Amino acid sequence: MSMPGFGKTIVDVQNLVIQVKTDAGIGPTLVDDVSFQLRQGEVLGLIGESGAGKSTIGLATLGYTRGSCYMTGGKVVFQGRDIREMTVSERASIRGRGVAYIAQSAAASFNPTMTLYDQICEIPVLQGLLTNEQARDEAVKLFRALELPRPETFGERYPHQVSGGQLQRAMAAMAMITKPDLLVFDEPTTALDVTTQVEVLASFKHLIRENGTAAIYITHDLAVVAQISDSIMVLRHGKMVEHGSAVQILQAPTQEYTRRLVAEHSMQGDFAVNNTKSDVALLSVEAVTASYSSLAKVVDNISLEVRSRDTVAVVGESGSGKSTMARVITGLLPRGAGDIKFEGKSLPARLKDRTFDQLRRIQMIYQMPDVALNPRQTLNEIIGRPVQFYFKRSAAEARTRVKELLRQIDLPEDFIDRYPAQLSGGQKQRVSIARALAAEPDLIICDEVTSALDQLVGEEILKLLKSLQDRLGLAYLFITHDLGTVRRIANKVAVMQQGKLVTWATQRQCFRRRFTPTPKFCSPLCQKCVQTGWTICWPSAKFRPDVFGFCASGQHCEELGGNAFSELLKFRCIEMDAVTRAGLNKCARIQKADAVKRRSLLIELR
Amino acid sequence: MRLFGYKVPITAQIGMVIIVVNLLIALLAPLIAPYSESDIVCDAWADPSSQFWFGCDNLGRDILSRMMFGARTSIGLSLMITALCFVIGIIAGFAAAISGRWLDIFLSRLVDLLLSMPTLIFAFVILSVLGTDIPVLIITIALLYAPIVFRLARAVAMNITVLEYVEAAKLRGEGIWWIIRREILPNAIPPLAAEFGLRFCFTFLFIAALSFLGLGVQPPHADWGGMVKDLRDMINLGSIAPLYPAGAIALLTIGVNFVVDWMLSIHSRGHGEGA
Repeated sequence: MSMPGFGKTIVDVQNLVIQVKTDAGIGPTLVDDVSFQLRQGEVLGLIGESGAGKSTIGLATLGYTRGSCYMTGGKVVFQGRDIREMTVSERASIRGRGVAYIAQSAAASFNPTMTLYDQICEIPVLQGLLTNEQARDEAVKLFRALELPRPETFGERYPHQVSGGQLQRAMAAMAMITKPDLLVFDEPTTALDVTTQVEVLASFKHLIRENGTAAIYITHDLAVVAQISDSIMVLRHGKMVEHGSAVQILQAPTQEYTRRLVAEHSMQGDFAVNNTKSDVALLSVEAVTASYSSLAKVVDNISLEVRSRDTVAVVGESGSGKSTMARVITGLLPRGAGDIKFEGKSLPARLKDRTFDQLRRIQMIYQMPDVALNPRQTLNEIIGRPVQFYFKRSAAEARTRVKELLRQIDLPEDFIDRYPAQLSGGQKQRVSIARALAAEPDLIICDEVTSALDQLVGEEILKLLKSLQDRLGLAYLFITHDLGTVRRIANKVAVMQQGKLVTWATQRQCFRRRFTPTPKFCSPLCQKCVQTGWTICWPSAKFRPDVFGFCASGQHCEELGGNAFSELLKFRCIEMDAVTRAGLNKCARIQKADAVKRRSLLIELR
Repeated sequence: MRLFGYKVPITAQIGMVIIVVNLLIALLAPLIAPYSESDIVCDAWADPSSQFWFGCDNLGRDILSRMMFGARTSIGLSLMITALCFVIGIIAGFAAAISGRWLDIFLSRLVDLLLSMPTLIFAFVILSVLGTDIPVLIITIALLYAPIVFRLARAVAMNITVLEYVEAAKLRGEGIWWIIRREILPNAIPPLAAEFGLRFCFTFLFIAALSFLGLGVQPPHADWGGMVKDLRDMINLGSIAPLYPAGAIALLTIGVNFVVDWMLSIHSRGHGEGA
């Protein structure tokens, strides 16, 4: 894929094949016939679900393959020379100098006993490119470009003294200090909070543009790839599904798989719950406050209500107390104050004091299917145990019931004697659902159930949950940080921030106000967001996520106060330059304005 | 060679052969030993001959036969002690990890107290006061080593209790016994099995050391540590007889360690296989 406006070709990958080789012979093919070219200043987004071979391709451009993987075909031509024909020492000499790699977990990639300076300056000094002093000056420049706090002294800190997002940027500085021609970003923002993710991404984009570096950006998140890439390659099972310019892939995907991927991302409200609601509160949380052994309240005066057949979404960034609230409801963490009622009767605060029937009727599904299922038990035991435990059925009866449940979650019956390790992530999550269903509950608490899964797999899980709700009349309390999910499945939304409930409304109220790009106040901010963040990559109105409506709606500016800006950031408005800053300041000024004036401004905004 | 789906390196294979041969000798000692362990059948300090392959000891007993019976005593005792110390250590460790803060604090401090005393000196005191019966020996060493098992079991169980499948079991209302037996124990087995091997070696060496000092297995029963003591004077006579039991101790220890190393390396690689 060649595009106008870029410099000379940096890397040319031709028909690359990477296979696993073991004692037993040649194993599976991880990368199958992948080709692309990358020019100076061009950013290629590699996107695909886990196991698609993204990281393997990224590492191959460094001339590296993981243990027992080998490049068995094709070429990786880096600046005119095939990496496969280089000697080991030649390959080592281009790493760091010519190609640099930024890994997913910066925390695991830094040596905790050395200062950041020592680690960042090590490579250029070792390679003889810069003296120690020059390297430090260069590092400070990079810190400044990456918008790190106090760039002059930042490098004197140790890795544990800076935040996750800052460390990820420090790692980018480490990669960029030698001014490499090619940068490989391997999911560098996946482990970060959404807010931080956006800041880090913005500074990466800025530096790539400035230095005219070629870059490969590996991610499973279409939104991220849309922000940063010039061209996109979609991978699946090691094969190239589609490769084209970012605009083409996002607007006119030619392959079915890509279409599904893009469609999933722009899907809206198709699950919106409309069926009849009962008026009886199933679970009501009344002014509940809870804390861990420290004094800080993690959940502060929260009230909400779940009726039968409701799907209530609890939204908030990490650390906002969402999961803690789930623990309080289940009784794992006894509440400090307030009351929790189930069908009008107060639930004991502590798990131990609850009856089996009370326990049975509230079930939970967890975020990480890998640790939610005991690896040493078969599905029969995992799903069958609640049946035997709560309903005192015999082993044979339980087995019949397990088969029935497996059918309900669309898994084949003969999976019954499998162990969790023999299932995929999505299948494991289905088993978690079956285990919850086995108790025949009224309410299921879903704690970020899709966030550990690939996009399309997560989508299937949501569909399954929805159809189970229609059939069995379940109520869900859905904890998530993904507004797309909220929009699709919830009928009520609770937004939490720092342990407090900031919004409690129906989904319609929350998402009703559409954002128009010409409001008077905040307009530089929001317009800029729309222009730089989304409209460039998502040029048609169809793709613009309505989350903007959510964050920029007057209601939110009002309720979130000074946090409106971080809310905006969270919803992926990207560039944070002078214009946005001006917008932010304006926002802050409005907050200081008196209430009447603010109200009038907000009305204008609407 | 593959075992349970894992490749077995040559060192582990050697270790397994050593262990199996030793176990067979220990089990079959009365059948295969040419003489009894306590009968005096030849002259004291007799040189090796076709009749007495390893020669005779200070009283005129056949060293080969005593080696075989010694294997029985040493390995059998070590296994019993290790098993006992694991039962105590695992139950206490898991209980400390799961049942709450106060029990944990109490047990952990008690263990610190036990660990603060040098094991050999402690064993001396107990054995000199209570005498050197086999049951006393077993209980003393088991109690001395249980704290180490306790620490491991507690640490492993603590890592497992925070996992969500254990939380799910708690939410279901399961009792503590079910959680220990069905949720935690099966997942704690790999590190505990490796520790079992190592602990066996330590126990084995400890018994040998006690016997050498005269506080372990008492005559006329043979055990390798005691045999080193009985035969040590023969070094002066230019005989290598004391090296037989000493070598047997070393060999078995190395064999078990080979296997344990392999098990630990599997464990640290993480396991994808169920069960």
